Amino acid sequence: MYLPCPCCGWRDMREFTCIGAADYCDRPEADAPPEAWDNYLHLRDNPAGPARDLWYHAPCGTWLEVARDTVTHAVTGSTAVEEAG
Amino acid sequence: MKRRVTGGSALDRGRAVRFHFDGREMTGCRGDTLASALLANNVRLMGRSFKYHRPRGVLTAGSEEPNALVELKRDGTFHPNIRATLQELHSGLEARVQNCWPSVRHDVMAVNDLFAPFLSAGFYYKTFMWPRAFWERLYEPVIRRAAGLGRLPRAHDESLHERAFAFCDLLVIGSGPTGLMVALTAGRAGADVILAEEDRQMGGRLLSQAGQIDGQGAEDWVQGVLAELTALPNVRLMPRTSIFGTYDGGVFGALERVGQHLAEPGLAPRECYWRITARRAILASGALERPIAHPGNDRPGVMLLSAVASYWHRWAVDPGRVVVFGNNDHALASAQVLADQGMQIAAYIDPREDVAGDTPFPFHSGGEVVATRGRHGLREVTIRVRGRESRIACDTLALSGGWNPTLALTCHHGARPVWDEAIAAFVPRPGMVPGLEAAGAARGRFSIAACLADGVEAAQAALAELGLKAPDMVLPEAEDSAYALRPLWQVKAKGRAWLDFANDVTTKDVTLAAQEGFASVEHMKRYTTQGMAPDQGKSSNMGALAVLADATGGSIPETGTTTFRPPFVPVSIGALGAGAKGAGFRPERRTTSDAQARAMGAPMIEAGLWYRPSYFPQAGDADWRTACNRETGFVRQTVGVCDVSTLGKIAVQGPDAGRFLDFVYTGTMSRLAVGRVRYGLMLREDGHVMDDGTCARLNEHDYLVTTTTAAAGEVMQHLEFVQQAFCRGWQLRLASVTENWAQMAVAGPLAGEVLGHVLGEVPDLPFMGYCPVQIGAVAGRLFRISFSGEKGYELAVPARFGADLFRHLVALAEGLGGGAYGMEALNVLRIEKGFITHAEIDGRVTAFDLGMQGMMSSKKDFIGRAASQRPGLTGPERMQLVGLRPSDPQAGIAAGASLFQPDAPATAAHVEGHVTSACYSPTLGTWLGLALVVNGRARHGARLRLEDGLRGQRCEVSLCDPVFFDPEGGRMRD
Ligand SMILES: [Zn+2]
Repeated sequence: MYLPCPCCGWRDMREFTCIGAADYCDRPEADAPPEAWDNYLHLRDNPAGPARDLWYHAPCGTWLEVARDTVTHAVTGSTAVEEAG
Repeated sequence: MKRRVTGGSALDRGRAVRFHFDGREMTGCRGDTLASALLANNVRLMGRSFKYHRPRGVLTAGSEEPNALVELKRDGTFHPNIRATLQELHSGLEARVQNCWPSVRHDVMAVNDLFAPFLSAGFYYKTFMWPRAFWERLYEPVIRRAAGLGRLPRAHDESLHERAFAFCDLLVIGSGPTGLMVALTAGRAGADVILAEEDRQMGGRLLSQAGQIDGQGAEDWVQGVLAELTALPNVRLMPRTSIFGTYDGGVFGALERVGQHLAEPGLAPRECYWRITARRAILASGALERPIAHPGNDRPGVMLLSAVASYWHRWAVDPGRVVVFGNNDHALASAQVLADQGMQIAAYIDPREDVAGDTPFPFHSGGEVVATRGRHGLREVTIRVRGRESRIACDTLALSGGWNPTLALTCHHGARPVWDEAIAAFVPRPGMVPGLEAAGAARGRFSIAACLADGVEAAQAALAELGLKAPDMVLPEAEDSAYALRPLWQVKAKGRAWLDFANDVTTKDVTLAAQEGFASVEHMKRYTTQGMAPDQGKSSNMGALAVLADATGGSIPETGTTTFRPPFVPVSIGALGAGAKGAGFRPERRTTSDAQARAMGAPMIEAGLWYRPSYFPQAGDADWRTACNRETGFVRQTVGVCDVSTLGKIAVQGPDAGRFLDFVYTGTMSRLAVGRVRYGLMLREDGHVMDDGTCARLNEHDYLVTTTTAAAGEVMQHLEFVQQAFCRGWQLRLASVTENWAQMAVAGPLAGEVLGHVLGEVPDLPFMGYCPVQIGAVAGRLFRISFSGEKGYELAVPARFGADLFRHLVALAEGLGGGAYGMEALNVLRIEKGFITHAEIDGRVTAFDLGMQGMMSSKKDFIGRAASQRPGLTGPERMQLVGLRPSDPQAGIAAGASLFQPDAPATAAHVEGHVTSACYSPTLGTWLGLALVVNGRARHGARLRLEDGLRGQRCEVSLCDPVFFDPEGGRMRD
C-alpha cells in the first residue's frame, strides 16, 4: 500500500502511522460542554465507503488527512493537516 | 522394475545425481524433482496422511501437492513440509518421510485408521468435551501430540533468507501459453515487465504435452519466445518464484527459491522474499486439474492425469499400466496422445454414456471406478459399467475430474468468483483486484489457441492503461479443441472416497457436517478441516463444496466458496522475517560514550532503541548491587558522572514558541525568564499524563524541551500534530536535536569542582538555571538541574565532542573519589527522591494521581485540560502515588507486586494498588518503593500486605510520602 504525502509524494505505507479518523483535528472550544468533548475524544463513525483518516509521515513530520474508501481500499488523495480547512 | 523411458525434456540424462530418501541411497538425474526421482526409483509411498496415517503417494506435479510433503535435512537442521514436487534434486540431498513412526511402511499411528468410524468429522469437538477434568491433563496433551503435519526443528533456523523489492509496469504471473504471449506483447511494446514462474522452467503446460504451435513442437516454440524475452532488456524473467498474495496499491508478495535446489548454495539464501510493486498485473496462472472422489482414491499410485503426463514428458517416468478415469474431452484426448507415445493405457473409463472413441485401448463409457486395491501401492482397480463390476490390474490410476482456473490471487481483496456452468468451475470476474486481470486458463479459456489469443488481448488492454502502444501481433497456430465435461463430484459406492488427502476428509465427512447443521461452507470447512492443510485444498475444495451442495440440496453457486486468503503457497517464517533476525531485528542507538562505557566493562541495557550502561563493575564486586551502591554513594557523597544524552531534546523556536509551549504544557512557559529552566508536564488530550521533562528558555524565541528517553518519539509526533492542526499560521519551528547534543550529568556535592576543572570558572548558576559556556573552543550549554536530588549540572556539547567530554569528566570525578554511574544507581537516586519515570507514567495516570494537580494552570487552555477535569479522573477512588517502606527494612520488594489489606484474600477483587518502582536504598539502609494505591495520599502511615506471586514475596509495608530523602530539597538547591 502506498500513500500520497503532500510533502514527499507517494510513499510506502510502512513510513506512515495511522492515528484514526480525521475528526481528531476538529478540537472543541476550551469551554465546550462535556458532550462535545466526549464526542471529540471517543465517538467515531465507522463508514463503509469514503473516509478521511489522519496519518503521520514520520520521515518528514507531516500530518495528513487521507481520503480513502474503506470498501474498495482506493486512496483518492491527501491534504496536509496544516493546509486543511 | 525399470521406471524410466527415454527422453525427459527436463532431464540431463548424462548427469546422475545421488540422494537419500528415508536412509536409502538412490540415483536420479540432473533436472529431476524429488518426486520425479522417487517415482523413477519406483517409490510410490511418499508420506502418511494427517489423521488416519494412511499411506499416500504423490498426486500432482506442482506446488498444489497435498501428499508428498517431506522433511529435508539441510543447513545443519531440517525443514518440514517440503513439497517433493517442487524440491529440485541435487547431489547429497537427504529427505525423510514425515508423520510416521517407526517407518513409512510400518507406521504405528496407522492404527487410527482402524478407529476411523470414531474419528469422523468434528471428532475433536465431540470426543474431547467431557469429563471436564480431563481437558488439561489428558485431552490437550493427546491433541497436541497428534497435531500438526510434520515436526518442528527445535533449533533456531540459521538458514539464510533475503528480502528484496522490485517495481515494474506489468507483472505477469505464470509462463504458460497465456503468460508467454502477454510478456512477449508487452515486452515488444517496451513495457518494464516481470514474468514470474513457480517452476524451474518457463513454459507451463506446454512443457508437459506434445502438440504443435506455429508448426513447431510446443517446447521449441517456448524456447524461441524465451530467447526473445531474454534478449529484451526491459523484461525480467523470474523462475522459481511463486506469487503468493495480492495487496493494496499493486503490491504482490513473492517467494523465490534461490539456494534450496543447490548442493552447495554458498552465500545464496535459501529463499528470497520479494515485494513486487506493479502498475498492472496479469494473472496467467492456468488451471489445476481436480481429482474424482471415488472409493479408495487415496492409494499411492492414484494421480492426476496431468501429473502422469508431466512426469512422462518432462521426467521420462514410466507409470506402468495406467487406467485413466476422466469425465471430459481433454482427458480422452490426453490418453490417446500418451498411448500414441507408448504409454500403456490399460483402460479409459468415462462416466459419460454418450462419448465414444476409436481408441487403441479399452474404452468404457458410462463407467466409474468404485474400488482400488494394493497395500502400499495400487495393484488393481474395480470398475462398474452400467451396474456390472470388473477388475483391471494396473500400476497407476490417472484421474481427471475437469479443471479449475487458478484464481485465488484475484480473491485476496475479498471479492468472490462467479460460477461458469459450461466448465463447471468458478471463474474470476474482471476488476476483483484493481490493476489485476486474469487471462487464459485462469479465466476458463482452456485451449492453447484461446490462451495465446487471450494473452495478447490482456496485454493490449494493460498496455493501453499504461499509455503504451501495443505492437501488432500475429497469433501462432495452435490446438483449439472444445472442452466438454459432465461434472462427477463423487462416485456413489461403498467405501471411503477422499476429498482432502492431506487432512483425511471424505465425502462422508462433508455429508455428515451438513446433517449436523454445519451446512454453510465456512462451517463445514472448520468442522471437517477440509482445505486447512498446507495445500489449502487446492485440489479438493471444489469437490467438497459440490458434495456439500448435494447434501444440502442447494446449487454450487448458492453454496459458494470459502474465503481465499494469502498466502497462496506456504511461505516460511524465515523468509517472512528475512533480515530481521538478531541485530537486524531493530535499529540500535548508541550514545557517544558507548565505547567508553563498554571498555569500562559496563553491561549495557536497552532503553527503547538506546543502549545504556547498567553499572560499572570493579574488581572484587560481589554482585551488581555492590557496584550500584558504590555509584549511588558517589553522587550522595562526592560526585558522579552519567551520560543522559538519550533524553529527547526538541528545539522550539520562533516568536510564537512560548505561546505554543503554554498550549502543550500544563504550566506556563511563556513567562519563563531567559536563562531559566522549568519542570513541565504534558497531557494527552484524554486528560492522562503523556510525559514529563524540563523546558529551558535559551533565548527570547528559543526554547529547549527535554522529554524522557521512552517518550521522545511520541512527544515529537504529538507536538507536530498540535502545531499543524491547531496552531496554523503561528510563527514557530520544531526540530528534534536529540542526536545533535551529547549531554552529561555531573551530580554530587563536588560537582562544582569537576566543572571548575572543565570550564575554568563555574558560572554562578541558580538551581534551574541555564547559561551558554565555552569549553576551550567548543560552545556548550550548562543547565543546573538534578534528577538525583544532589547539587547537579548537565553539560551539553555538540555530539562529536561527547566521547571526549565523558572520558574527561569521569577522570576528574574519579580523582575526587567519585566516578561514572549507570542506570541502576540513577534509578536508586531518583526513587529516593520520589522522582517519576514511565514506570509511574504508565498511560493511565493523571496529574492528580501523581499529586501534580497544582501544576495545571487554570488561566489558559492546554492540551488535555478539558478531559482532565471530567468526573472519574480525580478523587479518592483513584490510585495515587505514594512511597512504600517495608516494616522489615531488609524485606526485598520488586515492581509489579500487588498490595492488599492485611487480612484480605490475594485476589484481583481485593487489590488496592501496585508497586511501580522499587530498590534497595544504600543511603537509607532500607528497601523502598513507589506505588499507586487507591486514595493513597490520604493514607500515609497505613499498613498493607505486599504480595508478589511471581517471585514468591510477601511482606508488610507502610505507606508514606514518595519523597524519602531530603524532602525540603536543600541539597540540590544550595
Ligand atoms: Zn512526507
